[in-house]
Amino acid sequence: MSAPPGLFAQHLAQLPPPVVGDLDAALARPSLAALPTLLDPAALPRLEELATRARATTLQRFGRAVRLFAPLYVSNACLSSCTYCGYSKGLDVARRTLTVDEVEAEARTLVDRGFRHLLLVAGEHRLEVSADYLVACLERLRPLVPSLSVETQTWSDDTYARLVAAGLEGVVHYQETYDRARYAETHLAGWKRDYDRRLTSTERAAEAGVRRLGIGALLGLSADWRADVRAVAEHAVWLQNRYWRTEVTVSLPRIKASASGFQPLVPVSDREYVQALAALRLVAPEAGIVLSTREPAALRDGLVRIAVTTMSAGSSTEPGGYSDPGGAQEQFAVSDERSPAEVAAMLEHAGYEPVWKDAFPLHVL
Amino acid sequence: MGDSTDPLHVAGRALTSRLLVGTGKFAGHAVMRDALLASGAEVVTVALRRVDLDRAGEGDVLDFVPPGMVLLPNTSGAVDADEAVRLARLGRAATGTPLVKLEVTPDPRTLAPDPIETLRAAERLVAEGFDVLPYCSADPVLCRHLEEAGCATVMPLGAWIGSNRGLRTRDAIEVIVAQAGVPVVVDAGLGVPSDAAEAMEVGADAVLVNTAIAVAADPVRMARAFALATEAGRLGHLAGRGAVRDRAEASSPLTGFLS
Repeated sequence: MSAPPGLFAQHLAQLPPPVVGDLDAALARPSLAALPTLLDPAALPRLEELATRARATTLQRFGRAVRLFAPLYVSNACLSSCTYCGYSKGLDVARRTLTVDEVEAEARTLVDRGFRHLLLVAGEHRLEVSADYLVACLERLRPLVPSLSVETQTWSDDTYARLVAAGLEGVVHYQETYDRARYAETHLAGWKRDYDRRLTSTERAAEAGVRRLGIGALLGLSADWRADVRAVAEHAVWLQNRYWRTEVTVSLPRIKASASGFQPLVPVSDREYVQALAALRLVAPEAGIVLSTREPAALRDGLVRIAVTTMSAGSSTEPGGYSDPGGAQEQFAVSDERSPAEVAAMLEHAGYEPVWKDAFPLHVL
Repeated sequence: MGDSTDPLHVAGRALTSRLLVGTGKFAGHAVMRDALLASGAEVVTVALRRVDLDRAGEGDVLDFVPPGMVLLPNTSGAVDADEAVRLARLGRAATGTPLVKLEVTPDPRTLAPDPIETLRAAERLVAEGFDVLPYCSADPVLCRHLEEAGCATVMPLGAWIGSNRGLRTRDAIEVIVAQAGVPVVVDAGLGVPSDAAEAMEVGADAVLVNTAIAVAADPVRMARAFALATEAGRLGHLAGRGAVRDRAEASSPLTGFLS
């Protein structure tokens, strides 16, 4: 049985159609209502101006500092079928779920490389990556790692509360696309097929006391990437207003071809990508913007100066890929292959402080 | 920098500089250290959530705090009294100082201080022997409560933190200054040196500045500018301004001969 539409789904359904208006007015007073204007192709010739405004907003709010984190893939086992994903059920790829000991080994490798913020990532397999398994991972890692987040399947309210009690700080659930029809076309079976269960999960996680929520969309999954950027911005500000104690970060990864044979529906050019992130910064000035190693080094280096506040570095998207690589399929190929130290050096050279630790370990408090 | 004949007494310490500084948002630790030195400040606040004792001596933020500066650990990131108290204890264990800048900010967007939880935490920390410097709303009654709770200072905000908007709370600060029996440190929102001068002229005992220095194009020069402005504002306050009048008044009145 499908979940009923949640509160944000109702908000999204009532949103007026996008109106492209006067660009000068939109730049002078950026707002959610002005976002379609900032995202319009007609704004591209003034991208430098948009980027300049976004940079000033980012600097004032976040300073000359960029938080660093690493994804720790714990499993690529999956019971959901998603057309774009290298972990999709039924694909003939090497599967692996790390034992809790192996998860600890990966975490120790990452801590040695400097990371104090880790994101545990898994496919959707509620037997192999159960709530009990995640609790065991969190309890094992929390003496080592000040900030732990998860990017897994969605959970029940009770489970989010259990994970928080075990030391979880953040939850990342990308909606992938907010377009219901396209969502149905790309999420064919499994737990993730239920659009509304997916979308309400951030609300339930916030209710359960998760301190950091990550949301996002895969640009290129839907033909109308501007609509997805708008939905993400609306979602971020809506969450900030409703769950005012919760820190919200957003991410807009551009989808890549994967082991599933998927090809992006529409290419989002580099200029359009910068436009999307700069516009997002202006209309959601307090939202952290996360950029992964899916994007190439030169683009990441440029976006740090404009809108990005959190980056991964030296990432492996293969379970076991840091301490014992080669045994399992990666989710996607990274583009920025620099080491964490090299990314940190780039940030320092660009006039930014790489922030490795920006949390206190909740368990010792 | 500062006036040794006009010390600021905070928690048993006599400070000559009335500018306190922070360590967040800088482009790097080296420029932060240079700006701290240029500020002439004696007290520097550090977010405990940024301190990584596992990296001590290997580039942690504390390695770049100039020796001799008084460290003021802060509880930035704490969302309620309970977290702030436990974080303060961690800070005291790690740094050995009983000083704590109490920050309780449950709303990550505004980072507005929570008056209720701040007061609760202050009461508990004072009872545990901390010297508590609470970041708080510019609320005269709250400042009374914090003083009665035994805080070493009150630290009302000048404007939203990080906003660089200046002394937006001037009317409230004037009341707080007039009534306070502990030093009043205007914290947050001061954007340019003249904002610091204004706060000091109004009668604040000190100011705390971070973002305005850290994100300036030249943080070292801006730190020096804030130091000068803070001292100028203090001198201006001590000198006592003349009355403000609606219209011009001659310096040599025509009827002066009558007196």
